[in-house]
Amino acid sequence: MTVLMEIKDLKVHYPIRSGFWNRITDYVYAADGISFTIEAGKTYGLVGESGSGKSTIGKAIVGLEKITGGEIIYNGEDVSKPSVRNKMKYNKDVQMIFQDSLSSLNPKKTIYQIIAEPIRNFDKMDKESEKQRVIELLDIVGLSKNAMYQYPHQFSGGQRQRIGIARAIATNPKLIIADEPVSALDLSIQAQVLNFMKRIQKELGISFLFISHDLGVVRHMTENIAIMHLGRFVELGTREDIYNNPQHIYTKRLLSAIPQIDIANREANKAKRAQVEAEYQEKRSHFYDKDGLAYPMHQISDTHWVSTPPTQNSEGTGK
Amino acid sequence: MKEETLLSINGVSVAFKINGEFYTAIDDVSLELHRDEVLAIVGESGSGKSTLATTVIGLHNMNATQVTGEINFQGKEILELSEDEFNDIRGDEMGMIFQDPLAALNPLIRIGDQIKESLDVHSDMTEDQKQARVHELLDQVGIPHPERVAKQFPHQLSGGMRQRIIIAIAIANKPQLIIADEPTTALDVTIQAQILDLLKDIQRENHAGIILITHDLGVVAEVADTVAVMYAGEIVEQAPVETLFNNPKHPYTRSLLRAMPTIDSESDELYVVEGAVPSIKDMDRNSDLFAPRIPWTKPDVGHPVLKEIAPNHYVRGESWREFKFKDEL
Repeated sequence: MTVLMEIKDLKVHYPIRSGFWNRITDYVYAADGISFTIEAGKTYGLVGESGSGKSTIGKAIVGLEKITGGEIIYNGEDVSKPSVRNKMKYNKDVQMIFQDSLSSLNPKKTIYQIIAEPIRNFDKMDKESEKQRVIELLDIVGLSKNAMYQYPHQFSGGQRQRIGIARAIATNPKLIIADEPVSALDLSIQAQVLNFMKRIQKELGISFLFISHDLGVVRHMTENIAIMHLGRFVELGTREDIYNNPQHIYTKRLLSAIPQIDIANREANKAKRAQVEAEYQEKRSHFYDKDGLAYPMHQISDTHWVSTPPTQNSEGTGK
Repeated sequence: MKEETLLSINGVSVAFKINGEFYTAIDDVSLELHRDEVLAIVGESGSGKSTLATTVIGLHNMNATQVTGEINFQGKEILELSEDEFNDIRGDEMGMIFQDPLAALNPLIRIGDQIKESLDVHSDMTEDQKQARVHELLDQVGIPHPERVAKQFPHQLSGGMRQRIIIAIAIANKPQLIIADEPTTALDVTIQAQILDLLKDIQRENHAGIILITHDLGVVAEVADTVAVMYAGEIVEQAPVETLFNNPKHPYTRSLLRAMPTIDSESDELYVVEGAVPSIKDMDRNSDLFAPRIPWTKPDVGHPVLKEIAPNHYVRGESWREFKFKDEL
């Protein structure tokens, strides 16, 4: 087990400006005190509702978001500073796949130019081997080499998403951050893209941080899952911890809200969901502090961390 | 369940004009919707499910669209109505919920006024009554502080709230028929569950019929009574919801169910349907349209027809009888 990246107490706060002088009157705590470790070759899921701050964390890790506090330790150095990132060619090792495949590919560039760009940035290759590499990458994601001379609009959503994957793996990264990579796709195409990602992850031994609101997809794709709510983690554990033994009321609420293909027990599921929702509303004040934020997490097993009110488990170590 | 028929669609075909030629987007679709029923229409993009909804509510550009067949709504042949007559029904007896709530709301008009608009057109209430009805509707769709929200603009509300406003507008005149086109696709699961419950409650109150268009099979399993699966503009399978999930027959239905990453799926590979939905320009209407995606199965000769194989269970063609997934061969 090699630790690839350590995120320590990451904070991203956005200022809210208002009033006559446009002074900073308050902050949005998009990510507030996030700590977790990414091990080499493992998959991590980050789940939360819209506005929970999950995309902010992804962007902060690749350096698209200026962080307010905390550290992102990669190879022993804090990569939250642009100068450090440039020096160690951090962006070669950490790549991102975006949700909207059309807007993340330059419409005026051919697929060849799009995929070759990261190669040119980081690897010195001659024309011929660069071309070979692009063909090889297209082959990995199941596209023919004729695709090289085409433009993004000539492809379907699923194909574009695969081009995005080809670009992301072009520099042999160690970590890929995938922000809702399949939420805009149809079921059969989604299955195709997920299979590709999983295969590539296994074959190339890349670590994945999979950001999604779809608990079914996250369960399929990742071994470790963090549940995020209002800028903080409320629960962190293995897939089994989260799905079979959820502890936090918010995790329970999210899990119960997933539509079930269980028609015989439709009414029973609905009743259970209503009960979980009632429990959530009732115990909310207990599980969240007076500002409505989750408490720090405490360890309850080797792999499982839960945000618990300070009175309980006060002997646990904070994370 | 089998109560009063609210809407019957009979042999409806829709063709779009592209570069001067008409191409069939929906081919000979027949469906029935009863009161208190939720009819789900499922399919991928390009299957024609949204086209069917826009046809029922009459929102096509008639200069570029050819619609044939019959649609009977509460005794009226709606394809024969004039634009004015249709306007009387639309927003009154028929309500539509769109997928993208931000695009469906006018950004410059206050929420309350947007809801009031359909009351202005379709009712003869006084201003005060309308005001009261707006607040009542906002309350009904679960919006806290209706008086305050009525004065706000769409951008001030969250996605889930906006979707509730769209629902409030759709149900303002207590419609008999609600058409919901991907009503929860843009929403989080927790809000999705609330919105689906809300739709069910409203339906119960008005004994309305709902046509739910979605690609999310989980949503279908939660709320639908009857399901029609569409592929390339045709219904390939139609059945009561229990039958469709427990005993699916058509290869397309079975493929979709298999492609779904479920909470219980532990397998590494998800099932992938080979190929893609053909574009409407390339569809050969005289052939088995799904056959190219299951090339290892012997296709039907000619154009397969929809047959009732068990009470209320319709499946297109015969090839499903022999169909096995590759790994089952």
